[in-house]
Amino acid sequence: MLKAYINGIGIISPQKTFDSVGFPNEIVNFDETLSMKCIEPVYNQFLDPMSSRRMSRIVKMGLCAALRCLQNSGVEMPGAIITGTGFGCIEDTEKFLGSIFTNEEKLLNPTPFIQSTHNTIGAAIALKLKCNNYNSTYVHRSFSFEHALLDAMMLIKDGESNDILIGGLDETTPDYFTIKNRIGCWKSEPVNNLMLKESKTKGTISGEGVAFFLLGNKKNDKTFAVIKSVKTALKPGGEDDILDFISSSGILQNEVDLVLYGINGDVEHDEIYYNLTNGKFKHTPTGYYKHLCGEYDTSASFALWLASVILKEQSVPEIVKLTPFDIEKINNILIFNHLKDNGHSLMLVSKC
Amino acid sequence: MPKKVFVTGIGIISSIGLDQFSVFESIKQMKSGIGKNTLIDSIYKDEIPVAEIKLKNDELAGLALLKKRESVSRTTLLGLIAARQALKDAHLEGNGKQLRTTGIISATSVGGMDKSENFYREFIRDKNKGHLSDVITHDCGESTERIASEIGIDGYASTISTACSSSANSIMMGVRLIRQGIIERAVVGGTDSLTLFTINGFNSLMILDREQCKPFDENRNGLNLGEGAGFLVIESEEIVNRDNKKFYCEVSGFGNACDAYHQTASSPEGNGAYLSMKKAVESANLKTENIDYVNAHGTGTKNNDLSEGKAMERLFGKNIPAFSSTKSFTGHTLAAAGAIEAVLSVIAIQNQCIYPNLNFKTPVKELGFFPVTSLLLNTRVNHIMSNSFGFGGNNSTLIFSKC
Repeated sequence: MLKAYINGIGIISPQKTFDSVGFPNEIVNFDETLSMKCIEPVYNQFLDPMSSRRMSRIVKMGLCAALRCLQNSGVEMPGAIITGTGFGCIEDTEKFLGSIFTNEEKLLNPTPFIQSTHNTIGAAIALKLKCNNYNSTYVHRSFSFEHALLDAMMLIKDGESNDILIGGLDETTPDYFTIKNRIGCWKSEPVNNLMLKESKTKGTISGEGVAFFLLGNKKNDKTFAVIKSVKTALKPGGEDDILDFISSSGILQNEVDLVLYGINGDVEHDEIYYNLTNGKFKHTPTGYYKHLCGEYDTSASFALWLASVILKEQSVPEIVKLTPFDIEKINNILIFNHLKDNGHSLMLVSKC
Repeated sequence: MPKKVFVTGIGIISSIGLDQFSVFESIKQMKSGIGKNTLIDSIYKDEIPVAEIKLKNDELAGLALLKKRESVSRTTLLGLIAARQALKDAHLEGNGKQLRTTGIISATSVGGMDKSENFYREFIRDKNKGHLSDVITHDCGESTERIASEIGIDGYASTISTACSSSANSIMMGVRLIRQGIIERAVVGGTDSLTLFTINGFNSLMILDREQCKPFDENRNGLNLGEGAGFLVIESEEIVNRDNKKFYCEVSGFGNACDAYHQTASSPEGNGAYLSMKKAVESANLKTENIDYVNAHGTGTKNNDLSEGKAMERLFGKNIPAFSSTKSFTGHTLAAAGAIEAVLSVIAIQNQCIYPNLNFKTPVKELGFFPVTSLLLNTRVNHIMSNSFGFGGNNSTLIFSKC
């Protein structure tokens, strides 16, 4: 069986996650919003101003979160660097694309083109650390982070590498937001993010984030939790698939102490979740996370951070609970996310 | 000993042919696909040669046997053509039962940019303009899911995007997933179409040759961009034996390393390249002297060919095997290159031949060796090494072995 211990985390999100040790003391309430933006760190703590001057926002966030993760884990040189992103470096893509038309293809600055390639952040981290080890980037919509995770777990199982740095990254830009709005992804009226699940209308709210994890083959004094399995499927077979996944992780359904659902406030999209909370998982405490980070392709990385912190602190923050519950011991958390009419992804994370 | 994984099907579409037979025929005739740009409207249309596939999208859709006709990118069309060929070659077409345990790992760098750039041309002037159907195919995963839907794969689907090494990494990942028992077989490869974005991107870096590229030549001037797709069906030894399947060769080894030197340039001593090649040879349980042919990354840029040459020197010492860059035929197909060149490697093993490197005249001064310049037939080829090196220092190497 594949497994990986989470031995360090660095996360930048719309919540105050970068500098908190566990779950943040204060929840950021985006009063009326359709777009949740990250609380960015002071970049100078990790990046020298000269070299970071030309870096785009997502590259800076990626580098800082990765370096914070390494710092927290005590690992200096990761055995591999694997990233996942749904849209990659949008800002640079827009910049270069825009310049092609504005300048009529003449005298174009190559920097945004170079930085627009999806593996730019993974490469920037390797460059900073002078890390020659395995390096890859997955760009597959809402499976991007899960694929990076699976890759890392396989490397660990093979004995190929240890102390693997994985990250989920996605940014938003005004143009990205506008285009997605025209497509019909967002709600037609701004909402309070903390009231997201009450909003029984179509559409969701946009989010972004960068979360890095240091995965190892052994537990140590910094370990948050152990990831037991991860699975993605384009056309899942339904609820039985979820039950199969749980049993393939080596636990019984009634040993799942909490399910974190990718509920995003879109009434059409969320139906599948409520079928479970009212059906097969009626007796399992339920939580959700997209009201804290918004909807983006690699939001599963935010969910993994949340599950890690819950397992370490043995406490579920009230704001995460979908419906009220009391819980004593939290051993196993199932994270379930799905795209409307399309694939689903599952992660099982456990206390260790 | 890790499980053996075999290639049971191949598919390819490129500027030198619409399938494996026409591609091989072009190579036999020393016919390159690099020439005039007729399809992309650019101020550089007459100046920058490209290796384009001389078919418009609706013609490609016909070849691809596209079921759902609504908004589809050129990248998807090329990938679908190659993926269908590979499936047919592996006798898996329409085999729902077997496709259920089959994964797809594709790769692309441009994704649906061929359409998004049309959207953006209007959008940049007015945020209400631009056809949404042009932008919904933008992300890299879209082409993979579209192809998966058309060929009947609904389980594991993934997309890798590591610039020019992307589809080599896809193939690697497919092998690893099969070895771990997560899937029984995989359709692996990559696809990229020519776009205004990449033509201008590489032009702004000043690494596009205004003539036919000259890989490993002292007077080389840069690369020629190309488009195309390559897919392979790979299956475990167990399945091949169980179903008595014919196969081409084994994917016997692979290596992935990071140069960590610069965002676009390779280190002068080709450190990342050396490491990925060394890892690949070791993973195949081979010695360097077992490698009969290296299908080089060989883009024709000043930087790559020297670095790659230096890396080969470090790895092979005085005994550099026969090598060539088939990018002198196909152009640099970016994310598809790894897979296209993997398919070419498989064909080379099947035909026991070594490909020529076109346009070569003068050896690189700093290297003591030079590529093969004519097609070598009836040549013992047991093990082929295929290199794909991408921006960001992502270096990947695959080894294919005759069985």
